[in-house]
Amino acid sequence: MFIINCPYCGVRDQSEFSCGGEAHIVRPKQPTELSDDEWAEYLFMRKNIKGVQFERWNHAHGCRKWFNMVRDTSNDKIHAVYKMGEKPPVI
Amino acid sequence: MKNKYSIFSLIKNAFSQHENWKQAWGNPEPKKEYEAVIVGGGGHGLATAYYLAKKHNMKNIAVLEKGWIGGGNTGRNTTIIRSNYLWDASAGLYDHALKIWENLSQELNYNIMFSQRGVMNLAHNLQDVRDLKRRTHANRLNGIDAVWLDTKQVKEFCPIINTSPDIRYPVLGGTLQRRAGTARHDAVAWGYARGADAMGVDIIQNCEVKGIKRNGDQVEGVETSKGFIKTKKIGVVAAGHSSVIANMAGLKLPLESKPLQALVSEPVKPIIDTVVMSNAVHAYVSQSDKGELVIGAGTDAYVSYTQRGSHDVVEGTLKAILELYPIFSRMKMLRQWGGIVDICPDASPIISKTNIKGLYFNCGWGTGGFKATPGSGDLFAHTIANDEPHKLNAAFNLNRFVSGDLVDEHGAAAVAH
Repeated sequence: MFIINCPYCGVRDQSEFSCGGEAHIVRPKQPTELSDDEWAEYLFMRKNIKGVQFERWNHAHGCRKWFNMVRDTSNDKIHAVYKMGEKPPVI
Repeated sequence: MKNKYSIFSLIKNAFSQHENWKQAWGNPEPKKEYEAVIVGGGGHGLATAYYLAKKHNMKNIAVLEKGWIGGGNTGRNTTIIRSNYLWDASAGLYDHALKIWENLSQELNYNIMFSQRGVMNLAHNLQDVRDLKRRTHANRLNGIDAVWLDTKQVKEFCPIINTSPDIRYPVLGGTLQRRAGTARHDAVAWGYARGADAMGVDIIQNCEVKGIKRNGDQVEGVETSKGFIKTKKIGVVAAGHSSVIANMAGLKLPLESKPLQALVSEPVKPIIDTVVMSNAVHAYVSQSDKGELVIGAGTDAYVSYTQRGSHDVVEGTLKAILELYPIFSRMKMLRQWGGIVDICPDASPIISKTNIKGLYFNCGWGTGGFKATPGSGDLFAHTIANDEPHKLNAAFNLNRFVSGDLVDEHGAAAVAH
């Protein structure tokens, strides 16, 4: 449980948001040429980091916009929030 | 077993004011080398070590536990045991465990307080009714006891449920597995620890794994907070921290670790003598032998290793509990806690070899691993000892995420993941 600073709406309770999982997983450019191993990697394999993790969030009960967030999963401390398409900050 | 527990040992020790009971397991320092090392001293890890020693004659093994045994998810779950899963692979796996549960106290010479009080799963809408009836048929085809109860029978089986048709999610019926029930979770860890220790297994607590040493494709040992331990076989049973260990070996797993919460109320006189679960409203409740209501809440929908969980998740669960059981409206909750569960995309576990020789994973149990403890340990021990899965855990391999042959138990699980 934590407070998130939505880049569009400002500070709101986490219960207004939904998490979209690990960020910066790039959709394959040529899906038809992917091997089964590469599909598994893209679809299922996750870093699931204990520590600083980059993830996607959606302000589901607010502006409904997607954005990125850097959060330490070992203590839920949020290090940065940035919009989609922006360069990830160096933490 | 050197210290067999019986009525005679109880009487004998009563004469000395119970001051001379021997320690149930030792506290050894790690040796330089083991035949196999199990990472994680929860129920599954200790059971794995127990069956490796008992059925596969591997006595020179160690269980490494970061904290104290049974202090992780083994001591944090809601102790429910059942096997009424939809798919054949899951039914085989969980019923294998249930059959071991039925004789486990005798086998371990340790009272795990296994109580077959039944587990009832409620249906609250037409789709629930269809799904649960289908599951009942699937269970019976697999030789697992299951019956469908209509609303009146649900009320008879558990009279405190509000079966009024005008509640938000009325009870339209339910399934009942009578062989299902609960067991004392700590006792399961302690019983397996005692059994494994008696066969020569080293149980090493306060020993955190810091790294996995590889020589090419073969594991060579583990770096720990108590120094390097050489071994050719590593079985990882680290629940929520499986990905952390996998990352040490340069491996990625299809897991996400999330906090799952549970809570208990103040103790009251016996009021509910079974386990009632409800998927649609996400609430399940039973009563412990101490009299506390044991209530399971849901997971947070994001990765976290904090062992806390969000307040709104508990609030949602308690709202559902109150609608179904108005009698609990003045109960006070005593304790709330979280455990970190590792969830697979198909909500089924992984008991598998990896592409690194000598490295095995038993993980992905998500929100429902306790019920499988004995079966999981037995099958993982088989997989480690033979370097091949048993036929009951063959479907639960890591390669299913590449082949696409998933065991999709999302809808069939008792509560949504």
